[in-house]
Amino acid sequence: MTPKPEAFKIASAGLISGWLLLFVLAPNLLVAGLSLLSRSPAGFAGWPATLDNYRRLTDPVYLHVFAESFATALVATLLCLLLGYPFAYGLARARPRLRPLLLTLVIVPFWTNSLARIYAIRGLLAAKGEVNHLLLAAELIDQPVRLLYTQAAEIVGLVYVLLPFMILPLYGSLEKLDPRLLEAAQDLGAGPFQRFRHLVLPLTLPGIVAGCLLVFLPALGLFYVGDVLGGSRHLLVGNLLKDQFLEAQDWPFGAAASLMLIGLLLAFLALYARAAKRIAPDG
Amino acid sequence: MKNSARFEPVKNIVAAMPLGRLDGVLIYTFLYLPMAVLILESFNASKYGIGWQGFTLDWYESLAADAEILAAARNSLTVAALSATLATIIGSLGAVGLQRYRFRGRKFLMGLLFVTLMSPDIVMAVSLLVLFIGLRLELGLFTLWLAHTSFCLPFVTLTVHARLQGFDNALVEAARDLGAGEWTAIRRIVLPLALPAIAAGWLMSFTLSLDDAVVSFFVTCPDFEVLPLRIYSMVRLGVKPEVNSLASLLFAVSLSFVLLAQWLLRKNRE
Repeated sequence: MTPKPEAFKIASAGLISGWLLLFVLAPNLLVAGLSLLSRSPAGFAGWPATLDNYRRLTDPVYLHVFAESFATALVATLLCLLLGYPFAYGLARARPRLRPLLLTLVIVPFWTNSLARIYAIRGLLAAKGEVNHLLLAAELIDQPVRLLYTQAAEIVGLVYVLLPFMILPLYGSLEKLDPRLLEAAQDLGAGPFQRFRHLVLPLTLPGIVAGCLLVFLPALGLFYVGDVLGGSRHLLVGNLLKDQFLEAQDWPFGAAASLMLIGLLLAFLALYARAAKRIAPDG
Repeated sequence: MKNSARFEPVKNIVAAMPLGRLDGVLIYTFLYLPMAVLILESFNASKYGIGWQGFTLDWYESLAADAEILAAARNSLTVAALSATLATIIGSLGAVGLQRYRFRGRKFLMGLLFVTLMSPDIVMAVSLLVLFIGLRLELGLFTLWLAHTSFCLPFVTLTVHARLQGFDNALVEAARDLGAGEWTAIRRIVLPLALPAIAAGWLMSFTLSLDDAVVSFFVTCPDFEVLPLRIYSMVRLGVKPEVNSLASLLFAVSLSFVLLAQWLLRKNRE
């Protein structure tokens, strides 16, 4: 007995829609609702509805955490962009025969355990680690310096883990860039800076926005980078969320903080849609 | 002459990056050196990693003797296999559905997939914890399975969907006109074409699940620990050389799975 065409349609399109509605959309709506409730003595949340959780986000204690975490994430994102852009450009212009190999070398770290990679960075930055060892050997310092548990260590760790997330979308948009456009611009007398400013930059803007999104938001959330490299003095928004949900058990407040990240995500996505629309109005 | 031919590929790599040449060398070094040092340290007899004190397999042996680590490894592999399989089934079916049918909410579904792909782990972790507690589910294997399937789903769907781009639906219609049922036509025509992408999707999902720390941290209980969480608590408790060997093993698994997936996808295109 062959099932009706409709049966397969429901199994294919229906199953995935149902899954995403139940496990992606519904949970985020729950978080949004939760952020408007009060903390209840039973542990989770209860009435009355309130905006207090959002008011508390502006409390100086938390503002300080946000400011520091945003600054850390911003520096990490800019470093990834500065390192990743020329690299992705070179990758997109590499010989076609070599490109798969070069690309795979970027993709492998993208998929390897980031906690293990953070641990590798910790080993290098430790007081008796290789970086101090090299600096001592080069006689740049005469005492091991403290590299771990600093904001700089956190930034190095974030750049290390997230750089491939910047490179891959940049590569995606740079690869599509038609070299004939650049030649045409050159023939018309545009210098390298003008070509970059008026052609390369706007055409690769979607890749830039996507890369920044994929670096900046995780950089706020990767709590183990804060723990393992930043120590207890340099917390990320992710550490705050972890504390509120798993230790302090203040779910409504944690939900409000999480909603701030969702808001940022949506803002980035809107920016991306605008940048993509500008270069391909039909697509 | 012979020598220069052997170094040709290396020279090509350097010459291929006129603008980002130095950047290229620096970035590949930056990406791989810390991992290489960690793997080297995992064979170092020195307990605190101070200088090279000879080759040893001690840290791997003590891993194999650690009951907690073995249990976590078993849990991790179970979750990864279950999640990769479920995500591959739902994701591949979904990709075929998205390619073949035009239905209401199709654009919304694509948007939702994209948002899921882009959303940071911590947002997903928090929202799933809230859902699971709301549904009164006990945190453990089952909740990990649901959560990991959710973050693997967009990767499988988009990989298979990309493979089906440009596929001519008229082929399926022709088979249907010849009397084949919808499912038979899809199984015989679309599935073989998509198979390498489906396999690659499974491998990528398995790696993704095995490596996840953030989502797992929120949606499991201390009784059901997975490897990244084991590493996390080992690191927090202090330096143990076993972490080096455990991390090296995880690198090896990810590396082989990713290379296999890449190979499948590339073969795919030819």
